[in-house]
Amino acid sequence: MNGPTPPITPTTPPPASGADGANSMRMILTMGGIGLLSGILIVLTFQWTFPTIKRNKAIALERAIFEVVPGAQTKAAFKLVGTSLQLLEGEDERAIKYYACYDADRRLVGVALEAQGQGFQDVLRVLYGYSPRKHGVVGLKVLESKETPGLGDKIETDPDFRANFETLDVTLDEEKTRVFHPIEMVKHGKKTEPWQVEAITGATISSRAIANILRESTAKSVPVIEGNLEILQEGTQ
Amino acid sequence: MNDVSSLQIFINAALINNFVLSMFLGICPFLGVSGRVDTALRMGAAVTFVMLVSSICAFGIHRALVAIDAPYLHLISYIVVIASAVQLVEMFIKKFSPALFRALGIFLPLITTNCAILGLALFQTNRQYSFGQSLSFALGAGAGFTLALLLMSGLRQRLELADVSSVVKGAALTLMLAGILSMAFMGFAGMGG
Amino acid sequence: MAQTGAPAAPNMDVLLKGLWRDNPVFVMLLGMCPVLAVTNSVVNAVAMGAATTFVLFMSSTIVSLVRHWIPKQVRIASFILIIATFVTVVEYLIQAISLDIHKALGAFISLIVVNCVILGRAEAFASKNSVGKSMLDALGIGVGFTIACLCLGLVRELLGNGTIAGLPVFGAEFEPWIIMILPGGAFFVLGAWLLLFNWLRERKEQRT
Repeated sequence: MNGPTPPITPTTPPPASGADGANSMRMILTMGGIGLLSGILIVLTFQWTFPTIKRNKAIALERAIFEVVPGAQTKAAFKLVGTSLQLLEGEDERAIKYYACYDADRRLVGVALEAQGQGFQDVLRVLYGYSPRKHGVVGLKVLESKETPGLGDKIETDPDFRANFETLDVTLDEEKTRVFHPIEMVKHGKKTEPWQVEAITGATISSRAIANILRESTAKSVPVIEGNLEILQEGTQ
Repeated sequence: MNDVSSLQIFINAALINNFVLSMFLGICPFLGVSGRVDTALRMGAAVTFVMLVSSICAFGIHRALVAIDAPYLHLISYIVVIASAVQLVEMFIKKFSPALFRALGIFLPLITTNCAILGLALFQTNRQYSFGQSLSFALGAGAGFTLALLLMSGLRQRLELADVSSVVKGAALTLMLAGILSMAFMGFAGMGG
Repeated sequence: MAQTGAPAAPNMDVLLKGLWRDNPVFVMLLGMCPVLAVTNSVVNAVAMGAATTFVLFMSSTIVSLVRHWIPKQVRIASFILIIATFVTVVEYLIQAISLDIHKALGAFISLIVVNCVILGRAEAFASKNSVGKSMLDALGIGVGFTIACLCLGLVRELLGNGTIAGLPVFGAEFEPWIIMILPGGAFFVLGAWLLLFNWLRERKEQRT
């Protein structure tokens, strides 16, 4: 912050050097004083509100996770290191997190994951749940979207479309390295296979965006989850 | 975290989510200055230039603030650094390229407090763009701003000759036109997908 | 305007002029970005208005308090620094109160910094007047700004979604005018309000 300021002062014409020197001293002092007070005020507010904000965010995230993984009671966050998952301790903003969810008897019921991709208007961010027992996507929640109100935003409300994500098949092939039938989108009323996403009439692009996001994300994540089931199961012990 | 291609970002910022017509950033110059086509073009060039400079600054500041773990200083340092950087660049241009200064000069100070500049910095931080992505975002936003300004000035030049009631003249009519333009730009949605 | 007793009139006038005669949005055409961008629902409009009023009030008070100590050459820079401080404060407050509102307003909370209304009032009023007067002026202008946001938010949510503050107004048969909550609608509604005010003003001028 102190870099750019000094070069500005020489451009003002220096008529009386003595008075000018005192003047710029005063300017620097004033700016410094205001800057100091602002800094203190901001830091105080930050310290005061930070616990509340953190709690609110944690509650919102937990609610979203439990929404996409039916039957979940507790959760634990994991991150990918190499090819194996590791229990995440503390905070890590950058890591892609795998949220393992457990029922009341501490059995693994599913894993929630965040994914994003280009939607109709802007980037779409979603959270989805994968169930190892059903080998499928069992829930989807749109976290962030700017889809057209009344058309594209039906991806959040349309009951027929939501029904796609009750069980969307993403079974792996025999080597457990790739999804046997990648998720694909079909027109409304044309759904015949459990790995197909039925589009909303009039919102094909938004529906396709969701299907694409899920296909790309599951292609990476499902093999990881299936390969680390034991680690995920032991997460809370 | 973010793997959107640079071309997509450019198209997105310039057309689909046009800074002026769909994000409402930089409305003041849009309504105020856009009277003549050549002024609009120069204003657009100046804004694009400032956007590039501030995008680079914002990227650096963001990295620095993440490193010292002080997210609460984002806003205040963005505005201070961008304002000073633009002033420095202005002096630099004045000294080394008087021709360019004559072309852009009068607009530069006006632009510093333009919300499009700060908006650009904030959006690129929110979306966690990499350096290359930030640059194409800045170029796209600048192109979109110039395009909106050009279209508007063209329309207004024609309007000066039209005979409209005195009630409608001025900002009200400009806003209505902007609304129609904004609807037209909605047609670009879906291009990124 | 001054319906109250005569002695209080000048102060009341400082407070009330921002509501109508000098309404920052409809009359002075300032601070359009947030007014257009976040007024797609009543709740967002009120939140934006309240946040802006808070920042305006606090920064006007502080600017007016320190107006004698700030050298002329750096006054704009100091004002911006003060405003940016309060905007950061308000951003954290909103985040603590409701994450949903914070998400809906997004980067536009931070963009209050460049809202010309606030810098305009600091420069044109607070740096020249006493603390009490500046507070009244900021409050008046802030409420005027909130009213303008509300005017847009009401119309856009009512026509675009068929609701007011989330409560359905029309029956189930009502087909929402989706364009109203899209960006285009913001321009149309603000344009229509300005038309209405122009028309009222012209009619008044013709009468006199």
